[in-house]
Amino acid sequence: MAEPSMREAYGRALAEYGGVNPKIVALDVDTSASTLSNFFAQKHPERFFNIGIAEPCMVDVAAGLALGGFVPFINGFATILSLRALEQIRTCVCYARTNVKIGASYAGLSDFKDGATHYSISDLANMRALPGMTVIVPADAAEAAAWVPIVAEFDGPVYLRISRAGSLPVFNAGMTLEIGKGLTLRNGKDLTLVATGAMVGRCARAAEQLAMMGIDARLVEIHTLKPLDRELLLQAAGQTGAIVTAEEHTIIGGLGSAVAETLAEAQPVPLERVGIQDRFCPTGRDLDTLMDVCGLSVAEIIAATKRVLERKAH
Amino acid sequence: MATLTPERISELEEIARRLRVDSLRLIHRRGAGHPGGALSAAEIMAVLYFHVLNIDPARPDWQERDRFVLSKGHASAVLYAALTRRGFFPLAELDRWGEVDCPHQGHPDRLKTPGVDMTSGLLGHGVAVGAGLALAGRLNKLNNHTYTLLGDGECQGGIVWEGVMTAAKYHLSNLTAIVDHNKVQLDGSVREIMPLEPLADKWSAFGWHVEEADGHSVRAVAEALELAQQVLDRPTVIIAHTTKGRGVSFMENQSAWHGNVPNAEQLKQALSELGEVQHG
Repeated sequence: MAEPSMREAYGRALAEYGGVNPKIVALDVDTSASTLSNFFAQKHPERFFNIGIAEPCMVDVAAGLALGGFVPFINGFATILSLRALEQIRTCVCYARTNVKIGASYAGLSDFKDGATHYSISDLANMRALPGMTVIVPADAAEAAAWVPIVAEFDGPVYLRISRAGSLPVFNAGMTLEIGKGLTLRNGKDLTLVATGAMVGRCARAAEQLAMMGIDARLVEIHTLKPLDRELLLQAAGQTGAIVTAEEHTIIGGLGSAVAETLAEAQPVPLERVGIQDRFCPTGRDLDTLMDVCGLSVAEIIAATKRVLERKAH
Repeated sequence: MATLTPERISELEEIARRLRVDSLRLIHRRGAGHPGGALSAAEIMAVLYFHVLNIDPARPDWQERDRFVLSKGHASAVLYAALTRRGFFPLAELDRWGEVDCPHQGHPDRLKTPGVDMTSGLLGHGVAVGAGLALAGRLNKLNNHTYTLLGDGECQGGIVWEGVMTAAKYHLSNLTAIVDHNKVQLDGSVREIMPLEPLADKWSAFGWHVEEADGHSVRAVAEALELAQQVLDRPTVIIAHTTKGRGVSFMENQSAWHGNVPNAEQLKQALSELGEVQHG
């Protein structure tokens, strides 16, 4: 893939910001060569702790470091952190309100070679359900890097979802990132594509193709799944009258669910959800093909758009 | 640590007795709690809170204080008794323990109870969280010490040993764990449910310095904790041999009293056995 990988951008940003804020410590679970927290380890060895293959323990050790005044960034595979270490995250991070930052790498389908055991497609549902957790999903490498200082200085638990891979670039230096504030990346009046993570770039591509068909799609990036930018979503629903959500995650409990919950209560409009349809996904040869096969293709976004516009018209 | 004079020992013994009385009263009034594991830990808690821990009730957030994590959070009654007797909050606050608007929770909550260093309840967290606290103490160049108290049944869970390995890897001599080894858990005896022996050898094999002590002798507990401070290359665990339900004849060694609540009659008998003069 030509695009820079999100994990590398994150890893380099973490190492760099570790030089700015001496209270930052990093932990990993024998995956630092994968998550690329090893950039931090090389630059700040006295503040790096490799806990071995024991994610629950890493979370607890990080909670202790946070109680001692540090800002721990824990690094590992999203699927293991969000499943095996979920109790530790719930109890010792969210409930105890410790200032732990979760760098959840290899998220979504991005570990395409390793298959369903390694895919993280229910992490957003798990994290979103935890009181006190802030959930952030960057759309590309540059955005992931830009989040690191913001997350580090924010006071409270954060789940930062990091892809192993690159994605279609969407972020540029002119954009202002603020926790809980979505970004309108393209204006449009016929419907709104609401996307997160790698699906933002795919939706941008879909919007271009839709324009050629005479469909004027708005594109909203929801990087913060929690707290959700309710205002921006209701505005989009009110002004365009139809929504398609898109996420590299099961449609149960993630972005699509969050948007559906919000709209159903305040401003019901036709909604279609693009995402993984309650299934386990196969191993792939490359991420792009795998995402296409798993219902995340540009064609799928366009098909969902046509369905939602059909419903809007009736 | 103050010198362990005979007067001091009697003082600590009396505090332990009072912690037992307080714990049972609290559990009775709330109609919920875990008496067995509170009673087994009374001397350990008395020695920690009234002899060992360098803490200041006027400054519960004092950065240089020693830290204590009650890994066996079920024994919250004895922790609350120790904190209130130590002056962190008035005993009267616990009159309403269990009411929804009472700050003090069923299990310890660091955000709601002054003096609670870490939230706990589900088992297994103390050693790993303690390792993080000890690492933080070292990074901050503090001279403080972190203590955690865990149950023996708790040692059946894998995360305990993940934390044990981590503390050994980083030679955390500023971390001490105490196992309240009362040999009884919810469903029966530890030996029957899931054997742990040789427990001391296990900790030792994992790279910890091990002390074994009579957990109901304040002298033995205090001396073991003092020895722990002299070990400079590794963390120390004190296997404190205790009796579940200690001090109340009908509760001792009975798994049924792990989480049962004494009724008025049972409380009366228990307090009488604990030497409490009762009025009315």
